Amino acid sequence: MANVLVFAETRGTALRKVALEAVAAARGLADASGGGEVHAVVAGPSGIASVAESLGAHGADAVFVVEHASLADFERESIAATVADKAKQGGYRAVVLGFSTQGRDLGPRLAAKLDAPIGADVTEISVSGDALTVKHPGYANKVALTLTLSGSPVVVSVRPGAFAAKASPRTARTERIQPAADPAAARVVVKQVVEGAKGRPDLGEAPVIVAGGRGLKAAENFKLVEELADAFGNAAVGATRAVTDDGWRPHSDQIGQTGRQVSPQLYVAVGISGAIQHLAGMRTSKTIVAINKDKDAPIFKVADYGIVGDVLEVVPALTTAVKAARSTH
Amino acid sequence: MGAPAVKIAVCIKRTPDSESRFKIASSGIAIDEAGLKFDIDDFAGYAVEAALQINEKSGGGETVVVAVGPDAVQESLRKAMSMGADRAVQLKVDAVPADGLAVAKALAAELKDGGFDLILFGKHAFDTSAGVVGTATAELLGLPCVTAVSQLDVAAGRGSARRELEGAAELVEFPLPAVVTIDEGVARPRYPSLKGIMAAKKKPLESKPAQLGAVRVTVQKAELPPERPAGRIIGEGAAAVPELVRLLQNEAKVL
Repeated sequence: MANVLVFAETRGTALRKVALEAVAAARGLADASGGGEVHAVVAGPSGIASVAESLGAHGADAVFVVEHASLADFERESIAATVADKAKQGGYRAVVLGFSTQGRDLGPRLAAKLDAPIGADVTEISVSGDALTVKHPGYANKVALTLTLSGSPVVVSVRPGAFAAKASPRTARTERIQPAADPAAARVVVKQVVEGAKGRPDLGEAPVIVAGGRGLKAAENFKLVEELADAFGNAAVGATRAVTDDGWRPHSDQIGQTGRQVSPQLYVAVGISGAIQHLAGMRTSKTIVAINKDKDAPIFKVADYGIVGDVLEVVPALTTAVKAARSTH
Repeated sequence: MGAPAVKIAVCIKRTPDSESRFKIASSGIAIDEAGLKFDIDDFAGYAVEAALQINEKSGGGETVVVAVGPDAVQESLRKAMSMGADRAVQLKVDAVPADGLAVAKALAAELKDGGFDLILFGKHAFDTSAGVVGTATAELLGLPCVTAVSQLDVAAGRGSARRELEGAAELVEFPLPAVVTIDEGVARPRYPSLKGIMAAKKKPLESKPAQLGAVRVTVQKAELPPERPAGRIIGEGAAAVPELVRLLQNEAKVL
């Protein structure tokens, strides 16, 4: 039997999708290790305790709540110290978190503080006796690596979307704990947050992504991508590196080997030729649609459904058709 | 000039060209390196450039490049010196392990008494694609750490940086010394000049064993991911839109 600790990521006072995915991964790991408990740490401003119910409904047995006004923004040093303290006290087999922006930062800190081996950006976890192995797509998704992590505890960060959140209803015990380091004493101080597109889901969480490339011909035509995303209702907007390099879109929208790596249910590539660097960021999407005027563009080699044509003509027609399809059911 | 001189360490990794077609080695636990081109990892290249620009602006300081790796990594260290780094340190291993914390321990042991104001990394390396080493090194050294930085400035013992987040960017300030991991966005790495290449031959490259400690993350298997089924073109122009919508609804069931 082995208990597993989760860092449950939040934004504002809401859970992020990856938090429940981390709980699902932890639940699987605990069950496979002879049926231990899953405990979660949440840290945030006043009101954050309200997420405990949802964590319980998805498989957490206990929730440790760290509430502090200075935790309104992810305060990494204080949170790392608090989670590491809890992990040391509890004798956990593993600490599980999401491989999100927060988790990329927190995971290595926890590994160093706990002197624990870390498996980062993991898509599968398996346990066999004392051995824990994980799958991790390396080489920008081009080589699948199976890694053995020896020792206990281990730190595992899970790729967003790789583990499905699952109802596993319990009523989680909650316990309030103090931050192990003063969150107001942060050395790295956030002076300003420059918000990206408002009202859209994040690229890592969106079930649908509409992405645009140079085939749109001009920055102002990017509104066709926005309008198609609006028609889907739940879509995020992405771009190729050429487009972000040209300043049509912010760097944070870039999908590709050196940008975000995404795996939505549906990826619509608009005016994207499909350079290797871009494919590395989206080829694990479930369904890929490509619209491009060049029938020999490499994007058509990975597209489940391709339309050869002028994006300025095809995309508005698709936007209208998607709106119509969604309004009839 | 005016800005005080800054002593910077840049930790680099040597990785294969990311545009390569990979094959699995007969061992089944690594890629086949035959025929691959290796170079300074992309993000580490940006980190070298960021360091050189900071020191050029201050008109002094020192840039030291450090790498854990087998002797082949000396080529990458020389290249960084031909771009303008002042000296290099190889922490020698037979092969770089998949254990990011072990690599971080070797780097932290080397850097801790180096008197560096700034320690730069790429935000992650192409091969492991894990992003562990920079942040873990910061933690081991007890230094503030700022990750995924696309703009970096240093003045009067403090750093300021722009970080790219999910759907937003963040402007942060922090005291030096600090560890910073570099994303794209800083200027593209310069090409070494002929003069730089000649000068690099005379610059010091020190080689010593890496103090990795126990390696607890090992590759059990490396395999190529399943290929996507071949793509399919369903039609041309706006006339193909109704068929696309039908397929999205009935076949892919995503609409």
